[in-house]
Amino acid sequence: MTVIQKDSLIGKRIPKLDAPQKTTGEARFIQDIELPGMLHAKILRSDRVHAKILSIDTSAAATLPGVHAVITAKDTNGVPLGHGKDNPPLKGDKVRCIRDEIAAVAADTEAIAEHAISLIRVEYEDLPAVFSPGDALKDGAPIIHEAHTNNIPFNFDYEHGDSKQGEKESDIIIEDNFKLHFVTHCCLGVSGIIADYDSQGNLTLYSQTQIPFLFKKDIAPIVGIAPEKIRVIQPTIGGGFGSKLDIYPFEPICVYLAMKVRKPVRLLFTREEEFIASPTRQPVELTIRSGVKKDGTLTFRDVHTLHDNGGYTSWGATTPFVIMQTISSLYRVQHCNYHTTVVYTNNPYSGSFRGYGNLQATFAVESHMDKMAEALGMNPLEFRLKNAQEVGETTHQGMEFKTCGFHDCLNNAASKTNFVEKHAEYKNGQNGPVKKGIGIASLMHVGGGAKIYRTDGCGTMLKLDDFGQATVMTGSTDIGQGSETVIAQFVADELGLPMSAIHVINNDSELTPWDVGVHASRTTFIAGNSAIRAARKARTKLLDAAARKLNIDCDILDLRSGQVVHTETNEALLDIGKLIRSLHFTEKSEIVMTSEYYEPPSKMQDKGFKGDVSAAYAFGTQVIELEVDTETGEIRVDKVTAVHDVGRVINQMAIEGQIEGGVAMGLGYALMENLVVEEGIVKNPSFRDYKILTAPEIPDIDMEFIETHDPEGPAGAKGIGEAPSICISAAIVNALYNATGVRFYELPLTPENVLRGLKKHKETT
Amino acid sequence: MSCTKKISLQVNGREMELEIPVHINALTMIRDYLHLSGTKLGCGEGECGACTILVDGQSVNACLSFAVDLDGREMTTIEGLQGQDCLDTLQETFIGEGAVQCGFCTPGMIMQGTHILKNNPTANTEEIKRGIEGNLCRCTGYKKIVDAIASAVHNTQSIGT
Repeated sequence: MTVIQKDSLIGKRIPKLDAPQKTTGEARFIQDIELPGMLHAKILRSDRVHAKILSIDTSAAATLPGVHAVITAKDTNGVPLGHGKDNPPLKGDKVRCIRDEIAAVAADTEAIAEHAISLIRVEYEDLPAVFSPGDALKDGAPIIHEAHTNNIPFNFDYEHGDSKQGEKESDIIIEDNFKLHFVTHCCLGVSGIIADYDSQGNLTLYSQTQIPFLFKKDIAPIVGIAPEKIRVIQPTIGGGFGSKLDIYPFEPICVYLAMKVRKPVRLLFTREEEFIASPTRQPVELTIRSGVKKDGTLTFRDVHTLHDNGGYTSWGATTPFVIMQTISSLYRVQHCNYHTTVVYTNNPYSGSFRGYGNLQATFAVESHMDKMAEALGMNPLEFRLKNAQEVGETTHQGMEFKTCGFHDCLNNAASKTNFVEKHAEYKNGQNGPVKKGIGIASLMHVGGGAKIYRTDGCGTMLKLDDFGQATVMTGSTDIGQGSETVIAQFVADELGLPMSAIHVINNDSELTPWDVGVHASRTTFIAGNSAIRAARKARTKLLDAAARKLNIDCDILDLRSGQVVHTETNEALLDIGKLIRSLHFTEKSEIVMTSEYYEPPSKMQDKGFKGDVSAAYAFGTQVIELEVDTETGEIRVDKVTAVHDVGRVINQMAIEGQIEGGVAMGLGYALMENLVVEEGIVKNPSFRDYKILTAPEIPDIDMEFIETHDPEGPAGAKGIGEAPSICISAAIVNALYNATGVRFYELPLTPENVLRGLKKHKETT
Repeated sequence: MSCTKKISLQVNGREMELEIPVHINALTMIRDYLHLSGTKLGCGEGECGACTILVDGQSVNACLSFAVDLDGREMTTIEGLQGQDCLDTLQETFIGEGAVQCGFCTPGMIMQGTHILKNNPTANTEEIKRGIEGNLCRCTGYKKIVDAIASAVHNTQSIGT
């Protein structure tokens, strides 16, 4: 008699399902896929930032041996792409930024394609250009897109309460300008795509897209192929972080080439091209006016953000919606007025990037929280606690905090680090040039999806085979974070199967049901719930069948470790594989197949941008302990303490990986990353000159997870993917102020910038 | 038109003869001529470490080495690490410690980890961090990669190899 106790995979350290193939080099990224007869494509990009195209001469390129096709705008239908539908894949009449795609070549080898594009002659007539929103808004500024003669494609207004009233109620009012900069994703796997167009007019795309189903739908009109004839296959993705949430010109360009040559065509960026041509994080100039009563109650926030939209509109233009959420709802604020102006310039354009505007917003809000605390004579912790929301509150923007670990995050992060005492001690002054500082900041972000589209759902199909193996077909995408492993954990728990029996398919739009994509930290929550519900249906079928077969009530049967188990004795009664085989091969044969489409109970925002846009919200607090050398400007972060309300930990190892990776990314944003764009040109398109964190630079990270057991979350979990990057730069700038008495309003805090700021402060005081 | 040269080298323990263009780098030879796709092109400029291989037991960036310079040498790529029926210690610890997310940097990290194990078998955490300084990772924040290498150091020491 075998006895099997009840156990669960939730909260355990579970290795990533595809880790073995990644450690052996067997995992195939887009760079590794070769199709028979495949050609290689390269793009000729503009070397001007704003110019009319007078002529394009491709004759020398077209006749180069080994070249199969050369295309320009006239070879396309001209349908523009992108979130603003203002970006024609190939530019025929004018160029508006340094990335602009003029021509493309498909050739036998990459080397021949590169040679061919160097032979293409373009005649330009330079136009005056603008490189800041301020300049683009001036009278007489050059017009970048004819449809918007004032260079403003969008502006957004949000209001709750009455900030004029808020001003009257305030005892202290502060106003500051913050400036956030260009940074870029630096995925280790560069951008690329393979397009395979067959004799029947079917298009297969091998893509690193994070949104396979939207991608299919949105690329269809641009390439002139019906979406039902498009299949998206996702090979292993070499990093996403939001960079692959839109369609970018290189994608339809590759398709046009494939349609012309009728052979598979692969287009890969070089690393230099990746720095120049992949979308950046949205740079923001943010003016914030905050008010508070002398008892510490926040009264109002009045914010204006100015967005450098670059030459074309991608998702960066929508970061105001997330910024808005933080301005209106991070801490309780009675009155809020928020205005965004999005402005075309001749700079590169921005897309989505982990945190999506929340880094920029939190930097400003949490800097102001510290400033107000100081003005009030309150310590930074007690001031935040006074205004931090608690469970059950609904913000004025309509976000319902059904679970909320905000206070626990603040208290625990502060107590672990002895924050209040250290903050007071360092503030009082220190001897010597090296000063210690401690800073705190919190974040609030969506944790249960973000209803940007009418549906925020995910589909799952599940089948069990004769050998007790489960195949889970999920519409969701894994970009390396481990969503496929978490989904497998949920299914394994429901069906009482070992992880080795769960196979997840998540990378072929021909097989998998619809999902809106991996963004907004939604995948564990939404794909997880979808998988659990599909698995639960299968579980019911199995238990019913087992009950019939064993003549035991299904209420006292369970599924554990591949066996049907009697819950009163814990005795294993029947192998699940055997049970499934008996179902299949009996007179009334049946196989176990189930499906589910899960839509989270959230709402789209109304015209006033109000609504409970997520099914759950995540909170976190980070404390930074650093040392700054006031003679060199160098900052050394000694310790990061991160306390996050995650609802429930599903995979302990994977969630730690998200914190560690997110912290590293956030530290890069705060301390060293800067895509230098001068006169529209990217000046540092290489890892040598664009600094991301390296291994010796990682600080100690002490992390704690607050489990608030979200009632809607799968096993109680909420989203975590973006959270660890969001508030760290605010905590650093607060710690730097604590150490030096100097406040910084711009990033990154490189040694040069810190030294300059310290010097300037000394000179003015 | 490019000149070619015949070279002889050991690739993952196997003696091979190749005729290759003289101008190509080792990474191009590995991926396009030997059809070993585990070694990755991350930047092509020696900045990211994704192309790390071992040549005569020492790690090098394959993108910065001329292929013809590998004549007469012993080259190991990620495909050469595992045993017939088992994974290498480092591969096991990378899996077990959660050091793999997107996986693009993983082969280079494991090769560099192999270099560390061979050349500094008692490496401590700081030495491991320095050792992988030239290998960039955007997903993991490095901590679990360091832990995985440290775990392999420990396992190797316990076995006494």
